[in-house]
Amino acid sequence: MSAEFKHRHAAHCESGTVANLLNHHGLPIGEPMAFGLGGGLSFAYLPFVRIQEMPLIAYRVPPRAIIRGVRKSLGVHFRIERFSSMAAGEARLDALLDQGQVVGLQTSVYWLPYFPEDMRFHFNAHNLVVYGREGDEYLISDPVGEHPVRCHRDDLNRARFAKGMLAPKGTLYFPTAVPGRDIAPKAIRQAIHRVAWSMLAPLPIFGAGGIRGLARSLGRMDRSRPDSLRLVGHIVRMQEEIGTGGAGFRFLYAAFLQEAARPAERPALGEFAERLMDIGDAWRAFALAAARMVKGRDSFDPPALAEHLFALAAAEKGFFAELKATVS
Amino acid sequence: MDVQDVPQDGNATLGGHRKAVYARGAGGAIVAVESAGWEAEEIVTLQAVDVFDAYAKAARARVLAGLSSPLEYWMYARRMDIATFAQSCGVWRWRIRRHFRPAVFARLSPKQLSRYAAALGVSPETLRALP
Repeated sequence: MSAEFKHRHAAHCESGTVANLLNHHGLPIGEPMAFGLGGGLSFAYLPFVRIQEMPLIAYRVPPRAIIRGVRKSLGVHFRIERFSSMAAGEARLDALLDQGQVVGLQTSVYWLPYFPEDMRFHFNAHNLVVYGREGDEYLISDPVGEHPVRCHRDDLNRARFAKGMLAPKGTLYFPTAVPGRDIAPKAIRQAIHRVAWSMLAPLPIFGAGGIRGLARSLGRMDRSRPDSLRLVGHIVRMQEEIGTGGAGFRFLYAAFLQEAARPAERPALGEFAERLMDIGDAWRAFALAAARMVKGRDSFDPPALAEHLFALAAAEKGFFAELKATVS
Repeated sequence: MDVQDVPQDGNATLGGHRKAVYARGAGGAIVAVESAGWEAEEIVTLQAVDVFDAYAKAARARVLAGLSSPLEYWMYARRMDIATFAQSCGVWRWRIRRHFRPAVFARLSPKQLSRYAAALGVSPETLRALP
């Protein structure tokens, strides 16, 4: 009882899930295009929002924003359902699978047993695809995994109905109306414009301003406090470890810009892709310097890390201002 | 980053899995490449894992010394801080802190105990003691 489903490995769970679902419905689209049309790139530093004792740092838009963006850009209709009880959510998933439907789910990461032990943290907005069921085992295509996996009913139920911040409430979704493969040039340019606009927001918590805000916090940091090194490690985790495709989604977005040059009718986007790859390399250099300090190989030097980030903030500000002008 | 520069450090934290990263291939096309991990990631992941391991270890010592209840140990063993745990089980933080007191914990109703146990993914019997 399992539909034919082609698993494709992706960097990020949400763009991977959306791209793989759309492919299944006959719309050939890669992860970078899904990520770009969804306007996935961002930066946010919210020191007043604490998650597991650490401030919220994100290199991406909030959960479900990519699905929303893709829906808008492509005119795809997704049916999204939430459930008040585990029994109802479980029954609905089983019924959809029995109909041969392939379903996207929002789950917790922590309660998925197939995840590597060290990667299991309480993050409730992971996305994956269920494409079938055999008895009490679900057949799962988790886009951040290399291969399809299986997951027992009890474990998946727990992951779908984990509580807390961003609680999934059993959320499931699937496309119901998928248009042709042609993407309007204007839709691509608008998606790029949205990202550039948000990266230039005049606030010390979002976009290039948010990077500056984080740099200021780092520069002022008291290096004798044990929490300080933990924050430095936390920044790098959000940038590299949490399924970003490298350099906090910058490489993934560069892949999108490169691919978009032709369909968006803006050949210059190819050069922007190159520039963003270079900015991504600078993010990786920051991550390496930070990790060496965490490990104790280099002495802990917050102002030096802050310098990296100030330079990155300036680079991204210039980059997105020009990008915005190009797609306007 | 070029394809040949994609780190293949074999991170222990990935448990043998590989992840997809994007890099510039021959001819300049940016493509997804399998990576066995980057040491920089491994360092910061282990740092985050170690924080909760250390909390759990300290809580275990407090339980053995009669200063805390197994509830605190299990919370940290499940990589939760008190804010996350309070949201997961729907109990106010101050009540949870009160239930960290061994004497109060010993008198918990079976209903309250199973509520905690469900949020932590253990049986109520397991929750009563250290592993």
